[in-house]
Amino acid sequence: MASPTAPSEIRVAAQADSSSEAIVFEDVSIAFEENVVLDGVSFRLPRGETKALFGVAGSGKSTILKMALGLQRPDSGRIFALGEEVTRMTEEELFAMRRRVGIVFQESALFDSLNVRDNVAFRLMEEHISAEEIEQRVLESLRFVELEHTIDKFPSQLSGGMRRRVAIARAIITQPEVLLYDSPTGGLDPVTSNTIVELIVKQRDVYKTSALMVTHRLQDAFTMATHQFDKTTNHMVALPKGQHAEVPMSFLLLRDGKVILDGDAKELVSSRDPYIREYIA
Amino acid sequence: MALEIELISPFDVAKDSVRAVQEYTLLAARSLANLFRRPLYMGDMLQQADLIGVGSLPIVVLTGVSIGALLALNSASTLQRFGGITLIGQLVSVGMVTELGPLITGLMVAGRNASGMASELGSMIVTEQIDAMRALGTDPTKKLVTPRVAATSFMLFFLTIISDLLGLLGGNLVASLLFGLDSRQYWTSAWQFLVFRDVFMGLVKPFLFGFIISTVGCYYGMSTRGGTQGVGRSTTQAVVASSVLILIVDFFVTKLIFAFFGVR
Repeated sequence: MASPTAPSEIRVAAQADSSSEAIVFEDVSIAFEENVVLDGVSFRLPRGETKALFGVAGSGKSTILKMALGLQRPDSGRIFALGEEVTRMTEEELFAMRRRVGIVFQESALFDSLNVRDNVAFRLMEEHISAEEIEQRVLESLRFVELEHTIDKFPSQLSGGMRRRVAIARAIITQPEVLLYDSPTGGLDPVTSNTIVELIVKQRDVYKTSALMVTHRLQDAFTMATHQFDKTTNHMVALPKGQHAEVPMSFLLLRDGKVILDGDAKELVSSRDPYIREYIA
Repeated sequence: MALEIELISPFDVAKDSVRAVQEYTLLAARSLANLFRRPLYMGDMLQQADLIGVGSLPIVVLTGVSIGALLALNSASTLQRFGGITLIGQLVSVGMVTELGPLITGLMVAGRNASGMASELGSMIVTEQIDAMRALGTDPTKKLVTPRVAATSFMLFFLTIISDLLGLLGGNLVASLLFGLDSRQYWTSAWQFLVFRDVFMGLVKPFLFGFIISTVGCYYGMSTRGGTQGVGRSTTQAVVASSVLILIVDFFVTKLIFAFFGVR
């Protein structure tokens, strides 16, 4: 009979096979001028899971998203996205990798000069896909965020919440394997925030997309950890308490450039760390 | 209350300047190399050609006629004193074709388009649209910089030809209406005095000036930092830097062509 595998061995094996993870950060550090923002950050995002990143303003949450996509380079450490080492790739190689990863920026970052159709279709137009297919997929994406009627409008004609939803439609049009959300509900009213959270849960539960989500709103992440998307009613529904552990949702808390918590909702609420207690209070 | 002054090390200033020159050179080189790489954004190039070329036409027409007329007016009083008013056509043609046409058109287009490029790309930087473009798998230097560089260099060439012709026309108006010079005599002397070197110089400069305007405008736009205040700073710097660079390059190109073809 084979001897049971030690936990440390399991950890090493998991490290070696980064392709089984959507995103892996290994001892990543970055400083801007003399300000150290991230100092030896390590975490892994398993495929199909959504990880909410928390931390005070300037703690490097958005920097983590940008580094995962190769938009910024760390000073040291290694980053893997979908099994490929982002930190070793050239800009040309990164363009190909980014086709498999979608991102929703903090202020949506829609192209001002393009209408909603062209914004959502941007990636498909760059790939020279036929006009009929583009139209069909744009409508599909906009239907997902329930904004079909805005197809001919320009970003300046949309509300903040609508812009975020168009940004989500743009990010999901190629059905990426990983989605990165940078404060998707920041600055929005509770009703609109709930709509955005529901869309993120829908993407997680229907398409099983892995995601990293930067947020300041704990309640959004707790909603995501306690709800599941119901395809029959087309709405997210609260799960009974005993089933919360089944939701593929985790939390990561940053403080002074380091990870102070990386675990599920239960670990977060049961933490004895005074800083964490104060943060979630 | 004591006023705090932050001292900047001269070493840091020198380091930043060298880095800026290095980044500018890389961007300029990449914008040219992209002309030979796929994808080539022809639609964006045509759109920029329309914005830069057709959009700059009114200001080029106005300055071309004015400069030609002023050149004729200022030189006519001196020429008249020596009985050489018939030489006015030669003076305006050489002045416009070799120097004033390319230079004034370049400076006008720099004021209009280097600022436009810096503010447009700078706004895209601060609103993360450039990051979004990279995240969507598109190279911003291919999609945004190369079309602007190609369109500006190409269109400035034609704008300068228009400016030269209108300058000569302005000179003709002054010469015939104010000094009673026969138009045929004016155009004949203007045409016959020009040699290959003059035309070559007048047509090479717009390409270089167009390249300077667009690369400097794009460089300042793409290196914008610090929100909307940064966009304003980039816009001003783009106009100042491109104008100064045009004047410096103009001097050296003129000197080089004189050295190559000889002085008249």
